[in-house]
Amino acid sequence: MTDAVVAISDLHFAWTPGTDVLDIAEFRLEAGERLFLRGASGSGKSTLLGIIAGVLEARSGAVRVLGKDLAKLRPAARDRMRADHLGVIFQMFNLVPYLSVVGNVTLPLRFSKTRRTAVQGAEEDEARRLLARLGLEDDGLLSRRVSDLSVGQQQRVAAARALIGGPEIVIADEPTSALDANARDRFIELLSEEARRTGAALLFVSHDAGLAPHFDRALDLGDINRAGVTA
Amino acid sequence: MSAIASLAWKSLLNRKGSVLLTLLAVALSVALFLGVDKARTGAREGFGNTISGTELIVGAPTGSVNLLLYSVFRMGSATAEISWPTYQEIADRPDVDWAVPISLGDSHRGFRVMGTTTEYFDHYKYGRNQPLVLAEGARFADLFDAVIGADVARDLGYETGSPMILTHGLGQADFGSGHDNRPFRVSGILAPTGTPVDQTVHVSLEAITAIHVGWETGAKNPLADTISEETIRSFDLTPKTVTAIFLGLKRKGTILTTRREINTNRGEPLMAIIPSQALAELWSVTAIAERALLAVSIFVIAVGVVSILTSILTSLNERRREMSILRAVGARPGHIFTLLVLEAGLVGFLGALAGIMLIHAMLLVAGPMVAERFGISLIGTGPGLTDLFTLLAVTSAALLAGAIPAWMAFRRSLADGLSIRL
Repeated sequence: MTDAVVAISDLHFAWTPGTDVLDIAEFRLEAGERLFLRGASGSGKSTLLGIIAGVLEARSGAVRVLGKDLAKLRPAARDRMRADHLGVIFQMFNLVPYLSVVGNVTLPLRFSKTRRTAVQGAEEDEARRLLARLGLEDDGLLSRRVSDLSVGQQQRVAAARALIGGPEIVIADEPTSALDANARDRFIELLSEEARRTGAALLFVSHDAGLAPHFDRALDLGDINRAGVTA
Repeated sequence: MSAIASLAWKSLLNRKGSVLLTLLAVALSVALFLGVDKARTGAREGFGNTISGTELIVGAPTGSVNLLLYSVFRMGSATAEISWPTYQEIADRPDVDWAVPISLGDSHRGFRVMGTTTEYFDHYKYGRNQPLVLAEGARFADLFDAVIGADVARDLGYETGSPMILTHGLGQADFGSGHDNRPFRVSGILAPTGTPVDQTVHVSLEAITAIHVGWETGAKNPLADTISEETIRSFDLTPKTVTAIFLGLKRKGTILTTRREINTNRGEPLMAIIPSQALAELWSVTAIAERALLAVSIFVIAVGVVSILTSILTSLNERRREMSILRAVGARPGHIFTLLVLEAGLVGFLGALAGIMLIHAMLLVAGPMVAERFGISLIGTGPGLTDLFTLLAVTSAALLAGAIPAWMAFRRSLADGLSIRL
């Protein structure tokens, strides 16, 4: 059990002092694992992802990402950690409106030398390759403004962005909630496949327990979170 | 850094419409400021260039600015005159190279009439010692000849040979107050100079005496019209008084001595001024208005910079999403800060640049017209240090203004984290 990419123990987090949102005794995400985390809305899913991504700070407890205790890192180091090792997919509105499709995919490379050097060949070619693997290869499509893409297409662009440069961890926060059932299953398949190929651990969060069969392992946040969240 | 710069640029392009409006506001404010500044510089130069080559101006004792105003700018009037013998005394001084008398007091349809000698055209200089040049015709030779300035000719539509009737005093022609029994003829028209010369009707000193035959009491003698032109021509028309004297000295070094000697003249009380000194004194009076104008245009620039601030602040809410995406892909809060500051700086820089190009394009087009009409030379004020300084100042101000929304976004990006808040 030494190669967990995320290891959390005795985590406490509160937005307002005294009322814990999160109280997690233990949580692990193994390297290359595809983990499904179910949680009702307001259960603190996004907060947990924020903590793992290093933009929120736990009140107490240890959050180790790739063996490093985030609490002991300076904010800039946490930012670099996220830039180098983490891909993030949001529920929707994932893309920067003034960048092209390819420009959005290569965006993380601008902030991370590690991921830039991990890309072999031209950055744009890698972006196109990833997009093609996710089913977006039409040149006409790629030259469109990102706001003109369908939600499903936007999410795939976001997935390509999360995967580019081979980060060790990809976290997805309800990425399929705006998609219909067909598009949703297809999206999860493609994302899982690419994550497996690049060796990224995938932490997929959703309220929809029906998605669990797509993953190696499934957890319910309600089961691991001892803080009684009612929201 | 270059990654952020390219993001800032693309983000601006994405909001072309509102960014262009902001650019326009900055460009116009910068153009206004530089326009005012250039007009000011041009006016000051033109002002200082009104008279040159004349070392001293002598008149009856009064304020130096007043003497300058009526003798050079044809504004106001003399409190007293200088007698002809005194003029001769001054002209005969060993240190005086030339002495040109002028006599003021009449007008022609709103333009001042000045009696002088033909030497005036040799010695009066303006700008960088430029002489007066006749655009057409010749200097006055006959008693009733007049040489008119360029504005007089243009405004009144006169050509050489046109007849003109002078008015006694400075008002418009009233019935019975005209010298209508002594019509003049335009003998020559001067080329534009951009000085009060353009608005002057020049006649001989004798002509001034001649038209006042029968006016010795200050009002028209009922018998004045009975004196025929021939009779007048036979009179001794040497003037009894002149209004002021322009002096050129043999050696420039004696200016102060000569001035002191004239000022302490034992006969008729006199006053001599150095034109450039009096001009500077007069300019310091107008400089207040000039500075006020400049202050106003600086405030207009401030408004332009504030409009940059406003446009970024209003866009900040809708861009909150974009900021958290950037944070998620690894942008540090410092990147967010830099992004917004750069956007503001870019708008300031491009706006100022556009403003500078705008004002120079306008100067190129309107410069010659302004020079002719108002005598303010704006040519030769090509892109210079002022423009560069303005560009830098506006860009820095914009960067500073951008720091406000940038700081807000910076704080917000720390608080928002990755959460989706719309």
